[in-house]
Amino acid sequence: MNLMGLFRSPQNELEKGGKEAEDAGIRNSCPRCGVQLPLSDLQENMNVCTACGYHFRITPRERIAYITGEGSFKELDGELMSRDVLDFPGYDQKLRNARLSSREKDAVVCGTAEIGGCPCALFVMDPNFMMGSMGAVVGEKITRLFESATERRLPVVGFTVSGGARMQEGILSLMQMAKTSAAVRRHSDAGLLYLTILTDPTLGGVTASFAMDGDIIIAEPGATIGFAGPRVIEQTIRKKLPQGFQTAEFLLEHGFVDLIVPRHEQKETIASLLKLHRQGAAQEEKKGDEPQ
Amino acid sequence: MSAYDKVMLARSKGRPTGTSFIENVFDSFIELHGDRRFGDDPAVVGGIATLDDIPVTVIAIEKGIDTKERLKRNFGMPNPEGYRKALRLMKQAEKFRRPVVCLVDTSGAYCGLGAEERGQGQAIAENLTELSALTVPVVSILIGEGGSGGALALALADRIWILENAIYSVISPEGCASILWKDAKRVKDAAECLKLTAQDMQELGVVEQVIPEEDISAAYAQIRSMLSEELPGLMSLPVKELLGARYERFRRF
Repeated sequence: MNLMGLFRSPQNELEKGGKEAEDAGIRNSCPRCGVQLPLSDLQENMNVCTACGYHFRITPRERIAYITGEGSFKELDGELMSRDVLDFPGYDQKLRNARLSSREKDAVVCGTAEIGGCPCALFVMDPNFMMGSMGAVVGEKITRLFESATERRLPVVGFTVSGGARMQEGILSLMQMAKTSAAVRRHSDAGLLYLTILTDPTLGGVTASFAMDGDIIIAEPGATIGFAGPRVIEQTIRKKLPQGFQTAEFLLEHGFVDLIVPRHEQKETIASLLKLHRQGAAQEEKKGDEPQ
Repeated sequence: MSAYDKVMLARSKGRPTGTSFIENVFDSFIELHGDRRFGDDPAVVGGIATLDDIPVTVIAIEKGIDTKERLKRNFGMPNPEGYRKALRLMKQAEKFRRPVVCLVDTSGAYCGLGAEERGQGQAIAENLTELSALTVPVVSILIGEGGSGGALALALADRIWILENAIYSVISPEGCASILWKDAKRVKDAAECLKLTAQDMQELGVVEQVIPEEDISAAYAQIRSMLSEELPGLMSLPVKELLGARYERFRRF
C-alpha cells in the first residue's frame, strides 16, 4: 500500500489507479445491443461497444484525450459561466446540477491543440451539460474561438453534440445561431478550414447553424443528426419514423455529410485533412502579408 | 394583455399575412418562383417590388388566408426549398444591388420527413452564413409569429422591426411547456417565461422598433415610410461598414 495515497488530495494519478481497480467490476450495458461490457474494456476501446460498435456518448475531456497530441490542448475561455438573464424558473438549479454532473462550467470546451502535429483551434461540446444546449456562453465561446482562429490563421475542428438551443435563455439563445454563423463566415472568408464532426445527437439550432457549416463534415457512425427531433417529427406527421431515419448513414446517403468515421480512426482522418489544407493556408498568409 | 394573449393574437386567423403586406407597402410586385434545385415552396413568396421607384427584393413567409390556401402554403411552415428560394432571391438582389426586405410569419420551419431528407438544418444554416455576408442591406419585419430558426433564417438583418402583437421565440410555448414541465397545460406560464412579445424584443435589443398595429393601414404606411427613410441610407454605406455593423449587431448577444 502506498502511504502517500492517504495524504494526497483526490483526483491525482494515485487515485486514478485506485479507480481503475474499482472499475474492473463495473459493467455498462450497451444501449444498442444490450451486451454487458466491463468498464475497463469499454474505456480501452474509446467507449465504443466491443460487440456491436455502438459509440457511447463521451465527455469533452475524453474526446480531447483521444484526438489531440498529449499535453497540446490549451483551454480558452474556460471561466465563462451562464447566467439566468431572463429569470427563467428552475434554470439556476439546472445550471448548478449540470455543473456538478459534467464537472464543466458550460456545454462546450474550447481551446487550441495539435492533432497529428497540426495546430488547430478546437471545440468539443458536452452531452452531460444540459444535453449540449446552446445558450449565450456556448455561442460566445464558439464565436470567440472562430474570431481568434481567424486572427491566428488556424483551422477549426469542432465536435458537435446538442439537443439544440437552450430554451431557458429564450430569444437570446436564438441570437447565438446568428452570432456564431457570422463568425464562422468570417473565418471561411479568410480562406481557413473548418472541420465538423457530428456526434450523437446533433439537433435543432446547432444543426441549423455551425454544425452544418463545415467545409468538410464528418459524422460518427449511428449518430442521430437532424433539425427537428425525432419525437417532434412523429407528432407532426402522426406516423412512426422509418428505421434509420436521421442517422449519420441517412445523412451520408442524402448528401449532407462527407464521410462517416469511427472514433478509432478520427484522429488520423482529421490529421490527414488538416495536413492537406496546411499549404493553402500558408499561401493565403503570404498574400495577406503583401503591402496593400 | 398577457404574453399568451399576444401569442394568440400573433396566430389569429384574421391577421394580415405576408402577401397583404407586400400589396399594401410596395407599389408593384412581380413574384418569382422556385429554388432551381428541387421545387417551389408555396410557404415562401418572393420577388421584386418597387418602393418610390426603387427596386427592392421582397421575401415573405405566407401562411395563407382561408383553409384551402393555408393547406397549400403548409400553414407558413417552409421546407428547405423555401429557404433556398429565399437565398436565391437574396443572391439575385446582391448581384443587382437591390436591398432585401423580409416579412417573417411562421410557427417554424416544417418538421417533416421530406424536410429532413432535403436538409432543413443545412438550408437554414446556409441562409445564416450567407445573410451575414450579403453585401446589400437587409431589413426584416416580424409581422406575426417568429418561430425559432425557421424565422431567423430570414431575419439576420441590418434592421429588425416587429409588429406590436407579433412574437419572436426560440421555441413555441407549447413545446417549451411539454419539454420542460411535461405539462402542455402550462403553456401560459411558458409564454410568460420565454419573454417573446414585441415589447420584450425591444427591451432585449433584438429589434430596433415596434410598429403599432391597431390601425393596420397606418401600420402599412408606417412601414413604407420607415423603409423609404432607412433604405437609401443603408444603400449608401460602404459594404465594409454595412457588414461590420451587421456583425456587431449580433455580436453583442
